[in-house]
Amino acid sequence: MAGTGPLLEIRDLVTEFRTETGVVRAVKGVDIVVEPGKTVALVGESGSGKSVTSLSVMRLIPKAIGGIVGGEILFRGRDGRVRDLVHEPEPAMRALRGNEISMVFQEPMTSLNPTQKIGAQIAEVARLHRKLSRADAWKHAIEMLTLVEIPDPARRADIYPHQMSGGMRQRVMIAMALACNPALLIADEPTTALDVTVQLQILELMRRLQREIGMGILFITHNLGVVAEIADTVAVMYGGRIVETAPVEELFDRPSHPYTRGLLDSLPSVDHAARAAGKVARLKAIPGSVVDPRNPPHGCDFNPRCRWVIPACREAVPPVFPVSPTHGARCLRWNELDG
Amino acid sequence: MSLGYIVRRLLGAIPLLLGISVILFTIIQLAPGGPLDMYAENPSVSPEALAQIAARYGLDQPPPIQYFMWLSAMLTGDWGYSIRTGRPVLGEIVMRLGPTLQLGGLAMLISLLIAVPLGIVSAARRGSRLDSAVTVISFAGISTPVFWLALLLQLLFSVQLGWLPSAGYQSIGDGSFLDRLRYIAMPAAVLSFATIASWSRFIRSGMVDVLNQDYIRTAYAKGRSERGVVAFHALRNAMIPAVTIIAVDFVTIISGAVITETVFAWPGIGRLFMESMNGRDYPMLMGLMMMGSVGIILANIIADLAYASLDPRIRYG
Repeated sequence: MAGTGPLLEIRDLVTEFRTETGVVRAVKGVDIVVEPGKTVALVGESGSGKSVTSLSVMRLIPKAIGGIVGGEILFRGRDGRVRDLVHEPEPAMRALRGNEISMVFQEPMTSLNPTQKIGAQIAEVARLHRKLSRADAWKHAIEMLTLVEIPDPARRADIYPHQMSGGMRQRVMIAMALACNPALLIADEPTTALDVTVQLQILELMRRLQREIGMGILFITHNLGVVAEIADTVAVMYGGRIVETAPVEELFDRPSHPYTRGLLDSLPSVDHAARAAGKVARLKAIPGSVVDPRNPPHGCDFNPRCRWVIPACREAVPPVFPVSPTHGARCLRWNELDG
Repeated sequence: MSLGYIVRRLLGAIPLLLGISVILFTIIQLAPGGPLDMYAENPSVSPEALAQIAARYGLDQPPPIQYFMWLSAMLTGDWGYSIRTGRPVLGEIVMRLGPTLQLGGLAMLISLLIAVPLGIVSAARRGSRLDSAVTVISFAGISTPVFWLALLLQLLFSVQLGWLPSAGYQSIGDGSFLDRLRYIAMPAAVLSFATIASWSRFIRSGMVDVLNQDYIRTAYAKGRSERGVVAFHALRNAMIPAVTIIAVDFVTIISGAVITETVFAWPGIGRLFMESMNGRDYPMLMGLMMMGSVGIILANIIADLAYASLDPRIRYG
């Protein structure tokens, strides 16, 4: 990789949608940095704006319904040049998509074209970006299927998506995404629709491929178990903003935003001692519901649900406080939560 | 494609055709009047002569007997004789098939060439001014009576402008390609208008459906352009639901565009049907309608086979 510095640097990204009831701001000034070869997990519940952030990086939000209205998405390409994807012309974006930046989607059952063979759908990427011949692209597709550990790849290349299981299809999606050795892989809840055992296999596969190919990953999920498994850094998103960002161990050790605390507390834990004593702890949930993007609360987005709320929380959106040089939290009371 | 499946479908068509023939025969018999009514007012035809003609065509027998006479002849390949002209039904149909195939084929070609791109573009640009315009024109096309449109065109191009002949198949003593083209232009345009309207709606809705699918987003994420996405990923999937309607419409037109052919005096199946209807020409009507039924059944089988070849998830066994 030529040059040094982050692979992807999202600065103050703002994305809006036009709806019948007016403009909805789904992403309200997001900053994310992905270093080459590292994994950033973007965590949040549905509606927090994490998928919109990823689609903004790909510039895949249909113009008719919305788009990026502010900020920068700086991407360091293979040539070492840093470009702002927000202002990149569409043909240049097309040359990046599937090539230097790839994406794996949540729904493996519906994300593959039902009328095309597996091999053809992978070969398509190589033909598009590498101008390979039909035969070479097909060979490449079989190599990619081997890479993602699909048994009997030559035969599997020749079948259709409906003849495969969900886990196998997600492997195909990954093979498709990696067909051109991308520098950045955006994975939008790639394991959410899968069985737990298959989830683990896919995560292991992604980790292995990251070591081999050296790509940076922006991993979008709502599952903290998955985060612990795969991330180097975590960014927690709520109501269209990053509310906390930290290296993964630090986030789990010292959550400094009430929302992050709530997420960690709501994880089920198996307490053998308590179970033996006949006491089963109840799952803790965060009270209230997600921000209505049409009618966000004044001040901190989380204040209606927060246990630590003070009047100042309702006045203005809190700035990011440095918990440590690598750890930031958007909470006025970040250092009081332990009490 | 499984050959056994095709054979089974064809065998299944036999009882269906038998049932259809009973219903058609009954309906024709129920229509007021009969084939000999055209002689009834004619003073030079005596009642004895009339009875003789009736006996010759079996019209003096009760309807069920007439049906079995028709059926047993049909099974040996004998389509009977037209009561109106006295010529063999099959020969008459074959003679009229040529002009109908020309007209229908041309109309289908025009319809496909216009309806498919129109449907695609209005789906890809849904909500745009172009889409709204296509929608308005489509509804106009679906709701415009064919004979009215035909008369308007005749008024404009034949009466006012004098560019095209108002009706007929070719000029006497000419019949060159250009001459025939001038005759076929208006009926083909009229025939296409309604099909373009309905097909473009079908293709548009199929396309809108497909363009909202996850795999279309995947295609964009691969770096495909909009055009590439439509051509390589959307079109085939969007055509699947449109196949049946296209196949069946095709047969409907081939088996006789009755109104268009009548208004433009086109010597095809449709006009033959109209003439036979007016003359209560039972054998001819039965022949024409049975041919139409076979056509529709075949079109459905072909459409189902086309489904399977477009969509790998569908397999018949």
